[in-house]
Amino acid sequence: MASAHPRVVINMQGVDKVFGEFKALDSVSLQVHEGEKMVICGPSGSGKSTLIRCINGLEDIHAGDVFVAPVEANGSRDARIGMVFQQFNLFPHLTVMQNLTLGPMRVSKLSRIDAEARARACLERVQIPEQADKLPRQLSGGQQQRVAIARSLCMEPDIILFDEPTSALDPEMINEVLEVMVGLADSGITMICVTHEMGFAKRVADTMVFMEGGRIVEQSPPEKFFSAPESLRCQQFLAKILHH
Amino acid sequence: MKRLILLLISLPLLSSCSDQWGWYVVDPTKKSGLANLKFLLSGLEQTVLMSFTAIAISMVVGLAVALPGMSASKGWRRFNRVYVEVVRAVPILVLILWVYYGLPQLMGISIGVFGAGVLALALSDSAFQAEIFRAGIQSVSRGQYEAAHTLSLNYVDRMRFVILPQAIKRILPALGNQFVYMLKMSSLVSVIGMQELTRKANELVVTEYRPLEIYTILVLEYLVLILMVSGVFRWLESRMQSDER
Repeated sequence: MASAHPRVVINMQGVDKVFGEFKALDSVSLQVHEGEKMVICGPSGSGKSTLIRCINGLEDIHAGDVFVAPVEANGSRDARIGMVFQQFNLFPHLTVMQNLTLGPMRVSKLSRIDAEARARACLERVQIPEQADKLPRQLSGGQQQRVAIARSLCMEPDIILFDEPTSALDPEMINEVLEVMVGLADSGITMICVTHEMGFAKRVADTMVFMEGGRIVEQSPPEKFFSAPESLRCQQFLAKILHH
Repeated sequence: MKRLILLLISLPLLSSCSDQWGWYVVDPTKKSGLANLKFLLSGLEQTVLMSFTAIAISMVVGLAVALPGMSASKGWRRFNRVYVEVVRAVPILVLILWVYYGLPQLMGISIGVFGAGVLALALSDSAFQAEIFRAGIQSVSRGQYEAAHTLSLNYVDRMRFVILPQAIKRILPALGNQFVYMLKMSSLVSVIGMQELTRKANELVVTEYRPLEIYTILVLEYLVLILMVSGVFRWLESRMQSDER
């Protein structure tokens, strides 16, 4: 898949990130291609979340380089990067509709009418158009996370990052969020997901990445990753999460 | 409120069983008593105007001092600390005297009694408001900042639409407290001759020589004023709560 989309949109070179004494990222290099679906997994504390948070500037890096390619549609502009968080991070004092229109109105300078039309289309995509006027706390976890996905989509991102989007959800709500993510993957957007949902990974990933101790230990297409991982550590990890 | 009215009624009755009280001085049924009452109440406008102006200014200044306190830059954070520590350390009465008598000497301009009162109260309150705002803003979770950041909202929009609405809801009780405190502290401005509630009472005491009754009325004036402010804040709190339910 990566060869069909040769343009590199994210290029990380030798990135280091430390928290006090703890080295969260240890000289990480990674390329992501346009339209690529990348799934990153690994034990907790391995640096997966930190890695994607370095891409959109939520963490500063201490060494190395993170390059995000500009988009050359008509003229050149910075790539827009959306993000979906483990804890949703919806704005609790705003309705679903206000959560969705805030960015388009303040950043993209859309009129309220245009922003609401776009928001409704995004809610349609995550299959909860009827929840527009509710407050986040009135929704289930799965619905909240779908609103969070819709909120990112409203900014028409070129790349979307998922930071363990289903880890805070009750088991029966995980699938409704994963279904939305699969639909999103089919739309051709560039996606990087930190997740342990290996069923989802098998369905959508072009590239699997396994991290441990702040390093990328294994990076391969899913066919190879799941059947014949090279590193022992990755084999052990997969054995644990696939057969429990 | 009912109990307050009961108290108001029972006070003159108390006077009948003791010759300590002389309510005639503020008896609304007598001509001189009514005039005295009107005189006492005539300070209300100045008290309210001065306190409310000072509080409005101190909230703006407080926020402007609080925000640099959370800046990434050390210099800005130091500015916040120095401002809060220095201003907070000056007693309000001292600040009122300093602003009224000292500032004209220093700057060669006279700002008048009202101006000096408002300036001193606002300055003093701003340090407390800054600490309240800082606590409120810091209580909003990191995830909210991060979500606003990933939507590419700029600093002003992030504060205005995401952080401050949540922070203000949480600090509303503290703001109400500060509001009440300022209303009371405005009585100190009487020392520089501001014609507010306390000054009026002082003047009447000098002419009528009935401090017990007159200061009791003064206490009740502040009590009613403050109960009304508390009521407004209670209403605001319940309104903001129901917004989220």
